[in-house]
Amino acid sequence: MGNRTIIPFGPQHPVLPEPIHLDLICEDEKVVDVIPKIGFIHRGLEKLVEKKEFTDFVHIADRVCGICSFIHGMTYCMAIEGVMNIEVPPRAQYLRVIWSEFSRIHSHLLWLGLTADAFGFEALFMNSWKIREHILDIIEDTTGGRVIFGASKIGGVRRDISADKLKDVLNELKDIEVQIHECADVFLKDSSVKSRLVGVGILSKEDAYKLGAVGPMIRASGIPYDVRMNGYAAYKELNFTPVVENTCDSYGRCVVRIKELFESCRLIRDAAAKIPDSPLETKVVGFPKGEYFARAEQPRGEVVYYVKGDGTKFLKRFRVRTPTFANLPPLLKVLGGCQLADVPILVLTIDPCISCAER
Amino acid sequence: MPVAQMTSAILKTFGKKPSTRRYPFFKRQAFAGARGKIVIDLPACIYCGICMRRCPANAIFTSIKEKVWTMDHFRCVNCKACVELCPKKCLYMETEQALPTRKRTGQGLSPKNT
Repeated sequence: MGNRTIIPFGPQHPVLPEPIHLDLICEDEKVVDVIPKIGFIHRGLEKLVEKKEFTDFVHIADRVCGICSFIHGMTYCMAIEGVMNIEVPPRAQYLRVIWSEFSRIHSHLLWLGLTADAFGFEALFMNSWKIREHILDIIEDTTGGRVIFGASKIGGVRRDISADKLKDVLNELKDIEVQIHECADVFLKDSSVKSRLVGVGILSKEDAYKLGAVGPMIRASGIPYDVRMNGYAAYKELNFTPVVENTCDSYGRCVVRIKELFESCRLIRDAAAKIPDSPLETKVVGFPKGEYFARAEQPRGEVVYYVKGDGTKFLKRFRVRTPTFANLPPLLKVLGGCQLADVPILVLTIDPCISCAER
Repeated sequence: MPVAQMTSAILKTFGKKPSTRRYPFFKRQAFAGARGKIVIDLPACIYCGICMRRCPANAIFTSIKEKVWTMDHFRCVNCKACVELCPKKCLYMETEQALPTRKRTGQGLSPKNT
């Protein structure tokens, strides 16, 4: 047994977009144990429900996360709609799917870029983010915001996409898909990328299940768990099948995310082809009374929203379980026994979003 | 095993225009309907205070007594809730973003300072 050394990693580190602190207990170059510490960016958003009306809180729920903002806002709306038994018009359901999938594409491209940056492949990082920029343009054109969509509303959506615009978006998506193909080829075939990802951070199927992993983390371990299979919004009409890999390593998680990019493009095309004409929202009458759990699939995994209302315009309780929080125990599992040089890749492999984990 | 898979992707970029703009000489056109910044048509405002009460970022201050409507653009999160809630429809959202500034002023728009 070599000498044990504790190496502090984070909260400020070049590969970390957001602050998380890990005390890495190392024996020479091997990490034998990890002690995590979070709590650097707690904002107290859950407490704000006591001060903001439940209809206005959508704007705050949108800002729980800076990357998957739309799905946060949408899940909050789904929770309130569940409490108040509001039926969302079909067009709004389809628009929710379209924007959710755009959100997923932009988040996965961001992750691919950050991962390329973490293993020092700058050209690939730039390439991924160049493609992401086109997606952000589409998002801004259709919703009005680049990253914070601001399109969610209780009972429906705030904006519509006209038929002409939808046609333009689909044409643009076709070009983007070609670019994603070129970029994905590098991730999937390049030997330098494979040498950093294949066999690194093995999370077995049993461990993934026991530790409660979510999102690409569990799907890369061979478990087809995706909340979109439940058929919320309009997913039940779009023949969704989850992307699953059996390699259980970082490469598998990368492959899951790349395949999900194409699956998202397919879902957008299908949703655009099937989108019906209907009003955009159902009017909200009264105040929420009761409690409800709403679940949705974010790019990082399953998000759970709990709301409890007592018949006033302010909610009594509001709680969010974000995918990053669920993926922290699996992260600690894969870090144990890894090489020190692989730590940045493994931290990124869960696609950490600490600001939404702490809220 | 392919060693330089990226090379073909890089070579393709040689015949293309740059992906970036030479800002500030070339500026991007804002999209129609983009959320830029809030402006007010002050003579139409009745200082009802709905925007102040419902603003998620507490960026707006109004006073019916002093006939004051002020907004801290640094606090504003561009959610456009005030524009949708305004009963007199005197609030608008411009598509262009506010320019950066060093002064953290309230950008007051009351009859006193306009």
